[in-house]
Amino acid sequence: MAFTADGCLRRPPLKICLKPKMDQQLPLFSPAALTVSELTRYLRQLMEDDKFLQDIWVYGEISNFKRHTSGHIYLTLKDSEASLRAVIWRNIAERIKLPLQDGMAIEARGYISIYERDGQYQLYINMIRPAGEGRLFQEFLRLKERLAVEGWFDLERKRPLPQRPQKIGIVTSPTGAALQDILNTLRQRYPLAEVVVAPCLVQGLEAPEDIVRALQDINRLEKPDVIILARGGGSLEDLWAFNDERVVQAVANSPAPVISGVGHETDFTLADFAADQRAPTPTGAAVMATPNKAELIAEIQTLCNRLNHHFEMILENETSNLKAVIHRLARVSPLWKTQNELQRLDQFVWRAERAMQHQLDIRRARWSGIEKQLQTLNPLDVLQRGFAIVSKSDGTLVRSCGDVEIHDELNIRLSDGQISARVTQKG
Amino acid sequence: MPVSSAPVEQLSYEQAFAELESIVTSLETEQTSLEDAIALFERGQLLAKHCQTLLENAELRIRQLSRPEEEDAEG
Repeated sequence: MAFTADGCLRRPPLKICLKPKMDQQLPLFSPAALTVSELTRYLRQLMEDDKFLQDIWVYGEISNFKRHTSGHIYLTLKDSEASLRAVIWRNIAERIKLPLQDGMAIEARGYISIYERDGQYQLYINMIRPAGEGRLFQEFLRLKERLAVEGWFDLERKRPLPQRPQKIGIVTSPTGAALQDILNTLRQRYPLAEVVVAPCLVQGLEAPEDIVRALQDINRLEKPDVIILARGGGSLEDLWAFNDERVVQAVANSPAPVISGVGHETDFTLADFAADQRAPTPTGAAVMATPNKAELIAEIQTLCNRLNHHFEMILENETSNLKAVIHRLARVSPLWKTQNELQRLDQFVWRAERAMQHQLDIRRARWSGIEKQLQTLNPLDVLQRGFAIVSKSDGTLVRSCGDVEIHDELNIRLSDGQISARVTQKG
Repeated sequence: MPVSSAPVEQLSYEQAFAELESIVTSLETEQTSLEDAIALFERGQLLAKHCQTLLENAELRIRQLSRPEEEDAEG
């Protein structure tokens, strides 16, 4: 008999030793006795080799519940006739959310082995659920399959959620934490919405009927854009109303799209499968139903930027159009013509001045010629040569003897003066 | 597009946002006269401001669904 390093039997020839056939003669020397350890290890190995014992669900009531400082949990599962020691190692104990206590009925999953020191066989637990959940879960699976076949969960039935719902319907318990979670989230994200709460029972035998009524009433009376169907966390049994066939059908038939937010992340109900969207929690459902305020403000800002940008472009465009028009206008304006004309006028004036000057020059030249001519014809020059001008008292020139009578007064002009005389003789 | 004359303060968020969106689109895609563009721009700015004010000042309106009337009538 030998063990490998990890404590497992290398060969199991012990069976023969332990079960001597009665008809066999006892050997001369009885076989060597097994140590307690050897026997215990053998038994342990036997159990651990048994596939059935390595993965079982056991139903029982907790007693002697003890959480050791090391974090491991020790307890006894019992029913009216037997008891079973059980261990939950720390790493598994940390993951169990169910608050375990004496007297609680549970279903535990694990394997059977032996604690060698005490020679005690025990259940090493790796999973726990409340008693009855196994049966409920089987029922859940059967109902889910049937409703799926009937088409209640078909993807084609799913409708898109409104982007900005104006009216949000909430079907839930008016006193639950779920409602407050939803309202807080809506306040933060989308305070523009109008919220109508349709109160209903969310647990117990009457709950399914009440949920159906609330769904139908809110659709008929308020015509919300979207409906949140919610309930806080709980056991599978607590959430059972949301697995009811009537609730599933009411959700699928709701005129307004439905977001389900039932229980926690890990809880799935049939209403979730029938809903247009499934949220992990009531808060998650409120998030799913609404846009975020911050995103909306950013959206407005983006629109504003586009507005500004395009308005500036239009302005720039108009300005450059205007400049072009002003330029063209200037070319056809009277002002432009006047300026043109002024320039032409200047040219005329300049030409006129030149022409005038020319004429003056010509005239001046001609004038000096005439002056010389006049000089030569001056009668005073003739008088200096000894001639005289004779005129009568009335000023008329005397050109012949016949012009005068005897006794006429005459005026004789010489080069240096005048002489008065009287005609005494003629002829 | 013609500029709406409805008073901006009386518009719901949805209405204001939709109008703002269509104003931006029309400024971007349509040939608009300068006069119209200015009117659109001014209205767009009012609408954006209105939307933001609505969002920031809004208080979630909550009420409970009243039971159907026929129940009251019968009861």
